[in-house]
Amino acid sequence: MAKATAYISYGKLIVNGKSVLNFRRVGSWIGSVLRYLILIGISYVILYPLVVKFSSSIMTRTDIWDPSVLIIPKYPSLNNYKLAVRFMEYPLAFWNSFKLAFSVSTLQLISCTLVGYGFARYRFFGNGFWFALVIFSLVIPPELILIPLYLNFRFFDFFGILPEGGFNLLGTAWPFVLPALTASGFRNGLYIYIMRQIFRGAPKELEEAAYVDGAGPFRTFFNVVLPGSIHGLVVVFLFSFVWMWNDFNLTSFYWPKGKLLPIMLNDLARNVLGDQYLHAPVEASLVNNAGSFLIILPLLLLYAFLQRYFVESIERTGLVG
Amino acid sequence: MRRFRLTLRQRDNVYGYIFILPFVIGFMLFVLAPVIQSIILSITEVTITSTGFETTYIGFENYYFALRVHADFLRQLVEVMGIMLLNVFWILVFSFFAALLLNQKFPGRLIFRIIFFLPVVMASGVILQLEIQDYMMAIIGEQVVENYSFVDFQVLATFLMRLQVPDKFMEYIARAVDGIANIINASGIQILIFLAGLQSIPPSLYEASQVEGATGWENFWLITLPMVSPLILTNIIYTIIDFFISTSNSLIQLIRNTTTQGAGFGVSAAMSWIYFAAICVVLGIVYLIFNRLVFYHE
Repeated sequence: MAKATAYISYGKLIVNGKSVLNFRRVGSWIGSVLRYLILIGISYVILYPLVVKFSSSIMTRTDIWDPSVLIIPKYPSLNNYKLAVRFMEYPLAFWNSFKLAFSVSTLQLISCTLVGYGFARYRFFGNGFWFALVIFSLVIPPELILIPLYLNFRFFDFFGILPEGGFNLLGTAWPFVLPALTASGFRNGLYIYIMRQIFRGAPKELEEAAYVDGAGPFRTFFNVVLPGSIHGLVVVFLFSFVWMWNDFNLTSFYWPKGKLLPIMLNDLARNVLGDQYLHAPVEASLVNNAGSFLIILPLLLLYAFLQRYFVESIERTGLVG
Repeated sequence: MRRFRLTLRQRDNVYGYIFILPFVIGFMLFVLAPVIQSIILSITEVTITSTGFETTYIGFENYYFALRVHADFLRQLVEVMGIMLLNVFWILVFSFFAALLLNQKFPGRLIFRIIFFLPVVMASGVILQLEIQDYMMAIIGEQVVENYSFVDFQVLATFLMRLQVPDKFMEYIARAVDGIANIINASGIQILIFLAGLQSIPPSLYEASQVEGATGWENFWLITLPMVSPLILTNIIYTIIDFFISTSNSLIQLIRNTTTQGAGFGVSAAMSWIYFAAICVVLGIVYLIFNRLVFYHE
């Protein structure tokens, strides 16, 4: 009987002339198991709070104190949602928030796209200087200009043009609309930067062809350039919409009495439980979770619709110059 | 010929300024004017009257008050800087790692990408603020750390103590482990930027190195890392800014509270300027250090 032979060659364990084990394949197999483990672990960290938030929003008091209940409540109820909808005046606040976020993000999208295109395609005098100012506007802490802006919107006189005393724009949508219209709202520098990178990465030939065919710069921009950069537009719109929709920082400053979702959520526990809400952390938490979920839900739906653009667009946005 | 070139340049100038006009107006009205006003505010005392507000010049008293008299400001400033360094380091490491993972081809990649960018959509504003005080979230926070640090922290702590690791270092690790969920949730945009960078590396480079017989390890250090290094700088700067201007930052809250209930507009403006100066110094140092290490393909 022939002696059994075992040796390793080209990364394979060979016994009796047959390849038994391919180390390279095993290595890549282990690698992919590890990869899934890590990815699932991280996804868990991201999703777990969301799941708990949801599950606790449909719990009742008894479920919270029941040690055998972890995620799935024994007595699920929509009571928290009912409370949240009633005390947040959800339909009204939703509609207000939607109007504000939609108009602001649309305006920001238009203005930042125009500005970004100007920076990307035209070598005008002072291009670099103005772009440095875009970055500057992105870097300054909002708190720095928040107070002067607050005072300006309180006594809005267009810096001396309008009559003495000016108008009080606080408590209206104008403090959000005006900066959005002029590409200088919250994080608009980032959107200008993204759009500029996208347009710089786009091929010039189409535009040149349009010029040769006699289209002016604006017609070229709207009919040729914009349709080609739809992915980037979606990303900017999504960012802008999400930040405006969730924003509490500016809305609580300019429009503290506004019936907007974040403001209503902030006061939710107090409105439901009265002044004692700090002494009832569990009840506050239940109703707050329901309220937060009501705010996030539209965003999740929006994200589900747009994620195709969002996730794919990375390949095309050319965020990288 | 010469005339044509001139008109082309004029055309660039005219249309360029027409396109960026919104920003020019916006910058003047809503950035430059407030910045100048805030400088003025920081060296004056502000009183609000029925028809507007009045200012009286008091020199650098507000700055003096913020730095020397105010009990918390300076301490918090230093503290925020420390937290920032810790966060920026871990966010960068994590987001780069995540981007590398998400860039590979494997079944289910789309789902993981959707999940990883989810925090961009969720984490912000009032929800974040509520979570800080929230009872349930406090419990979850502990559970996540317990379940999802790769090592049991108690064991690690004893182990490090045996090794006589300095306390400062221990504290650093402890905070890092504590903050895993925060780090992951703050990394969405950075992952997006890194991913975009990884995808813009021309495949021909990898093909060439494969022909030369390079290993994956060598590919990483000699192609991937240099090619995305400009984005590492971009991301460091983005992360620092993002951290500095985020509302969950305790210093921002302090400044805001000073405006509405504390020492008033003047002092809070002075605080903002000190803070801004600190940011600029940090950004400048970071830029000088890392710009030398960055490899530019062009």
